Amino acid sequence: MIRKILDFRDVDWVLFGLAILIAAIGVAEIYSTTSHNPALASQYKRQIYWIILAGIVALVVSRVDYHIILEQLPWLYGLSIAALILLLVRGHSVAGVRRWISFGGVLTFQVSEFVKLVIILVVAALLADHRGKSVGWKDLVKLGILVGLPAALVALEPDLGTALTFFPIAAAGVLLAGIRGRQVLVIGLAGILMLPVAWHFARPYQRDRVMSFIHPKQDVRGASYQSTQSKIAIGSGGLWGKGVGNGTQSQLGFIPVSHADFIFAAFSEEQGFAGTLFVLMLYLALLLRLLDSAQMAGDRAGTLVLVGIAALLFFQIAVNVGMMIGLFPVTGIPLPLMSQGGSSVLSTFLGLGLAMSVRMRRLVY
Amino acid sequence: MEFRFPEDERFPAWKITFFQCAVAAAFLGLLVGYWRVQIGQHYLYAQRAEHNRVRSLPIIAPRGKILDREGRILAYSLPAFSVLLERENLSALTPERLSEIARGLQLDPGDVRTLIEQSKGLPRFQPIILKPTASLEDVSFVDSHQVEYPELALIQVERRVYPLHTAASAVLGHVGEVSEETIAKSGDEYKPGDVVGKSGIERMYNKILEGKDGMRRVIVNSRGEEVGSLDQIKAVPGHDLRLAIDLDLQVTAENSLGNRQGAVVALDPRTGDVLAMVSHPSFDPNDFAGHLDPKTWERLTSNPEKPLMNKAIQAQLAPGSVFKIFTGAAALETGTITPSYSVYCPGEVTIYGHTYHDWVWGKGGHGLVDLHRAIVVSCDVYFYTLGKLLGIDKLAYFAKHLGLGSRTGIDLPSEDSGLVPSPEWAKAVFKRPWWAGETISVAIGQGAVAVTPLQVAYAIGGIAEGGVFHRPHLAFESELANSDVKYPVDAVRRFPLKETTVRALTRGMWGAVNDGGGTGAGARCPGLDIAGKTGTAQVVSAGLQQATGNRYKNNAWFVGFSPSNNPDIVVAALVMQGEHSSVAAPIARDVIRAYYEKRYGPKFPAPQQVQASLTGQSDHNPAARGGIQSDP
Repeated sequence: MIRKILDFRDVDWVLFGLAILIAAIGVAEIYSTTSHNPALASQYKRQIYWIILAGIVALVVSRVDYHIILEQLPWLYGLSIAALILLLVRGHSVAGVRRWISFGGVLTFQVSEFVKLVIILVVAALLADHRGKSVGWKDLVKLGILVGLPAALVALEPDLGTALTFFPIAAAGVLLAGIRGRQVLVIGLAGILMLPVAWHFARPYQRDRVMSFIHPKQDVRGASYQSTQSKIAIGSGGLWGKGVGNGTQSQLGFIPVSHADFIFAAFSEEQGFAGTLFVLMLYLALLLRLLDSAQMAGDRAGTLVLVGIAALLFFQIAVNVGMMIGLFPVTGIPLPLMSQGGSSVLSTFLGLGLAMSVRMRRLVY
Repeated sequence: MEFRFPEDERFPAWKITFFQCAVAAAFLGLLVGYWRVQIGQHYLYAQRAEHNRVRSLPIIAPRGKILDREGRILAYSLPAFSVLLERENLSALTPERLSEIARGLQLDPGDVRTLIEQSKGLPRFQPIILKPTASLEDVSFVDSHQVEYPELALIQVERRVYPLHTAASAVLGHVGEVSEETIAKSGDEYKPGDVVGKSGIERMYNKILEGKDGMRRVIVNSRGEEVGSLDQIKAVPGHDLRLAIDLDLQVTAENSLGNRQGAVVALDPRTGDVLAMVSHPSFDPNDFAGHLDPKTWERLTSNPEKPLMNKAIQAQLAPGSVFKIFTGAAALETGTITPSYSVYCPGEVTIYGHTYHDWVWGKGGHGLVDLHRAIVVSCDVYFYTLGKLLGIDKLAYFAKHLGLGSRTGIDLPSEDSGLVPSPEWAKAVFKRPWWAGETISVAIGQGAVAVTPLQVAYAIGGIAEGGVFHRPHLAFESELANSDVKYPVDAVRRFPLKETTVRALTRGMWGAVNDGGGTGAGARCPGLDIAGKTGTAQVVSAGLQQATGNRYKNNAWFVGFSPSNNPDIVVAALVMQGEHSSVAAPIARDVIRAYYEKRYGPKFPAPQQVQASLTGQSDHNPAARGGIQSDP
């Protein structure tokens, strides 16, 4: 086994640069929407610290061989399940939702943000040593259980949005490994049969969101209020936007949490379609870069890791950006890199570190 | 675990390429979506964003004052606050908090709870008015408890104040919240909560009195808090309105009528100016200015004496002997009689086989009376005879043309027309022919004939002026000139009477007050040339009869004017259930005396030879024109 000495010249600076650029735009928007509010005025600074920390972590992780990380999977997975169960039993509840584990009351971590990365590793590990043109039933069932269990636990927090992000990771992996038409049919049917069950277990607010997605006009002050207001913000932005600090919808509080989940609406209002186009192109470049690396990865596990990261980010970006204009129901999915939130920033950069780790070792066997 | 395998076992490259294409396609889809919202529907959403952040707050335009003819204030408006209870989150209003709020606003917690219960059916965004007019303490309570009781709010309102309370309230009317029909009819003009005139002058000249509310556009945040302001449209205050009412005469008339049910109207017959108008019992319009207390409303509507009715223009009653002037006018004008025509009155007379009693029946009769004496002593037999000689057609013709049986056209809402009966009327209403005997009753103002106090003053004033009838009016035409309200207040109707007719009638009425045995002696006032006629009506109109509980008391009328020739002032007084006409005469006298005291001071010149002004010889004497008898 030959091990080339790796140094920072091999770091994927394009990917890293794109991520930092997007994160910087996010900081600017956080500043714009929170600076007038004394309670939130320091948020943009916190975000900067988190980005610096996460960037360093990404660079450190990129130096670790992803195979070594994959080898840690059994206990990482076990720890994730344990943490999720602990969360359900005695988690730090914010507005009735248990997503955070509190460390000494200062830092709160959103566990599911990190479980996402573990899922990527699970899918990669499971499908990497598979041979042949398509996955077998046995693999699918195994995958279903290994991904389904944490997904169910996250959904119980309740955090349906994050739980849903696990599925595109698995789906992308399965598509890559190959799947037969009959298997797609069976899984699809099973999914459809599960819908009423899911509806039964859904919380009232979740049902409201789905209903307001289907009938957005019915209750403007209620469940569809958020998506209506974000749509007004985006639409009123026009081509060039209202300018930094001038977005009335975000500045006057009509957009809920305009610095976090709804940051893109605030951004679109202030920067217009031009800004939207610019940022979406940055995201697209980032995703294409990840998939490029996947193409070049040294082995199937590396490809699977990269495709998983790309699938995760793509799903989050598409759903978050799409729900701003009512293309999807409102879910608690933050916009990677831009939304304010330490867990999200750290988790995303961890993923990118992993991706860089794979790319750096594309020629290493 | 071992994850390494040879290169030929890599995934097919096309799959990654497919992923890249799929991602690019999805982003294209997102961009199309954003294009449609940001570029395609930009205008729509820009408007909605503007609508979100901008609130239009009304600036209440102050309502104009109502003044008397000398500029004294009869009604004005004060800026005030109302305390509102927002109902969007009523579940937070626990019984404890509710009683604390009630205590803070000095309200009864039970009343507040009832109010909330009663408003259950209203839309949730519509707040309840807890206190229509907040005191200074209430305002500071709400202001200092914004955090504890966010459901309490203050709105600026305008409170109408009537400093005289019940005085002149029948004329002034009252204001109130605009009705839903009015809002629907007005288009955009009114919105719920606007205050408009509901009755009287407030309603009649609402357009002049009300201003145009302004608008302040402010920037609000998503919690509705004001964070800045944009611009404002100033409120246009309403115009003040000066009335012909003379507050001094009004107060005199109010006091003179006192606690009795009835009405007083004082007119200047030369112009139609309404100098005073009283209706008693009345209401306090201040009660209507805020939130009308249900108990007060109940008290007003259940009172059999109908305080909400303006008896000066709405009480339609038999005029009694006052009508004899009209019968006399008809007889003289048609040449049926001359003033010297005499009738012997034994106390009763039989006409058409029916015996009619004089009011002095049983105490002898009036003896031989001519027209003058007949008016002075109010001889029924004399006028029965005239009624028979005239017939109903001539009688009705003259009564109508002299101002009875139709609205005078005063600038007040809901004036009633009264009734001059005729064969056509009997046919239309009762489907029966006219009975000849009815004519005899009508000739002395009984039977179906019905008049309002205003009509009596208007008609007698017009007769005394020789047949010139000025439409009674409260507003001056000059005041209306610059407004949208076009009301011909100065309209004059002429029905010229022969000078001999006018003289015979006015002399008769002078005699009724000043001659020995005159029925109007109660109006006599040393130094003043007062003429007048009494009336005692035995019949009340059917509706009012029921309302008053059939107490069968007579209504007392008196109409007096001064000077007796070309009068300056005519006063009609009605005392309902006053038993005898003599109780009404002093009211007219008091008002007339107040009129001249005002002009000449409390001391009149020494009593003069009364006949001077009666004969018209001192027409050019200004003092005589002023109703003061001076030495020729």
